[in-house]
Amino acid sequence: MIPVEYYLVVAGVMFGIGGIGFLSRRNLLVQLMCIELLLNSVNVTLVAFNRMRPDDHNGQMFAFFVIAVAAAEAAVGLAIGLAIYRLSRSVRSDEADLLKN
Amino acid sequence: MNGLSLAFFGISALATLLGALFVVISTNPIRSAMALLLAIGGVTCLFIGLDAHFLAAIELIVYAGAVVILFIFVIMLIGPDATPPHDSKALFSRTLAAVVFGVFALVTGFFMMRASGGLHQLPPFRHDFGTIDMFGRELFTRGLVPFELTTALFVVAVVGALAVARGRHKSDATGSSAKEPSP
Repeated sequence: MIPVEYYLVVAGVMFGIGGIGFLSRRNLLVQLMCIELLLNSVNVTLVAFNRMRPDDHNGQMFAFFVIAVAAAEAAVGLAIGLAIYRLSRSVRSDEADLLKN
Repeated sequence: MNGLSLAFFGISALATLLGALFVVISTNPIRSAMALLLAIGGVTCLFIGLDAHFLAAIELIVYAGAVVILFIFVIMLIGPDATPPHDSKALFSRTLAAVVFGVFALVTGFFMMRASGGLHQLPPFRHDFGTIDMFGRELFTRGLVPFELTTALFVVAVVGALAVARGRHKSDATGSSAKEPSP
């Protein structure tokens, strides 16, 4: 069998890539994709720890709700992105500065 | 058997990490969406390797079937403006943020690896683990209230997304939003 640490390392590296991408990219769409990567890496961790203790399905249930929330988040986030694009004709997140000053 | 499962894990981990990497480094958002699809496929294979078959199906349906398609719709709707020209505005602060995050992640990973005390093998497979039967049984007994609250979340999300994305009507449009096309 495969040790659980392998899965955790994959999830951790994926979280790192997603976090770096979220911080360094300015395209709103790519930033939303990076959020999906972050949530997915957390899901891998939850399912891996659930596989370590297969008495119940708590981790899988948590991952299920994370997937549901991520779907809602993507819908609302993309709607906000479209609204920002119609306002400023740009998908750059640092040009959404209506609250500045 | 062990070599086969290790090869399966290696391929799925490689797909996940390559997909995640190309989401971040590709300049075209369509390519980012395709790389996200690859990463989703890799995560699905990781779930299968962890005997979470129902979650693997859900992951494929929700992410590959809905979320990535929604991303592609929005990229197509925005058109060529979805790929803004490259400039180096705020490059220093963005690089600094990424480097600080990366160093923090590396240090945390190093300490966690040192504290874990060797590799932990997964316990032997139980034949009813992760199936729709067992998972649904738990979801509809102990997880029933959060499951039903999810429907309220979805209703609120759909109404909010409609209200935000539709914009204003011409009758109540004021100021800079008057040039918005009314639906």
